[in-house]
Amino acid sequence: MSEAMDMDALLRSALVPVEPSEGLSDRLERGLSELTDAAAGELADWELGAMRDPRNWGRPAAAMVVGGAAAGALVLVRARQRQRRRPERGLAALGKGLAEAAHDLGRRLGR
Amino acid sequence: MHQDANKRRLDSEFTELYRSHLRDVYSYSYYRVGNHHDAEDLTEQTFLQAYRHFERAQRESHGRPLRPWLIRIAHNLAANYYRDRSRRPQTQLEDAAVVSAPHSTAELAEGRQELREVLDGVSQLPEDRREALIMRFALGMDNREIARAIDRSEGATKVLIHRAIKQLEQGLKESEDE
Repeated sequence: MSEAMDMDALLRSALVPVEPSEGLSDRLERGLSELTDAAAGELADWELGAMRDPRNWGRPAAAMVVGGAAAGALVLVRARQRQRRRPERGLAALGKGLAEAAHDLGRRLGR
Repeated sequence: MHQDANKRRLDSEFTELYRSHLRDVYSYSYYRVGNHHDAEDLTEQTFLQAYRHFERAQRESHGRPLRPWLIRIAHNLAANYYRDRSRRPQTQLEDAAVVSAPHSTAELAEGRQELREVLDGVSQLPEDRREALIMRFALGMDNREIARAIDRSEGATKVLIHRAIKQLEQGLKESEDE
């Protein structure tokens, strides 16, 4: 380690941002779908008789907000996935490059 | 009508938050747990939890950026992850850098020893100092954002980062002298 080491620069090189895999977006989409379904189920189970009791008005309203938010976000998550599925571009190409780099480095370290 | 407009606004703003900070949350999670599988779990749970509380967080943020709030959710989930499962990171920080570094293979080969020393040093820091460095350098957060994420004052955060870097520098010098 040289005397003139620049810790900021070293830390920036060492602690690099990590790109998430494409599979993560799929899992997030599934999770958000479940949230939407749960909110929809909440509405389906709500009986008309419960409307007479103002204490019950909050839950369906909250379910509508959660379900609506989840559905809206899903549209954009899917749009993002479509963008990323272009061959050899974006994260797909980056993932391939990183895998190759990691493999190559492993090979060199193994010498 | 008003509710629909509000929902559309929330949809749009949450999506923007997700798109802007997926990598931040993932990077933070990865450096915390040290492997992709658990980092993905943490990232997923972070965004699902953020979803549930987004409207309130937005209301209480008074227009300030929500990245510190997201990272704080990830921080709390990571703490639960270790507490509930009595786990510790399965790999060292150096492994994370090897897989994630957007450098060329040649650069990795040339600088790997130096980077390994730095990452070894970071991994030996106390947790609060290590976290502050991850937020600063892996996520590019400024003192104000980090302070909000770790619930400290801006001044205390500045001191925390300064001491983390000094401790790291000292450790590297000592290992060089040995």
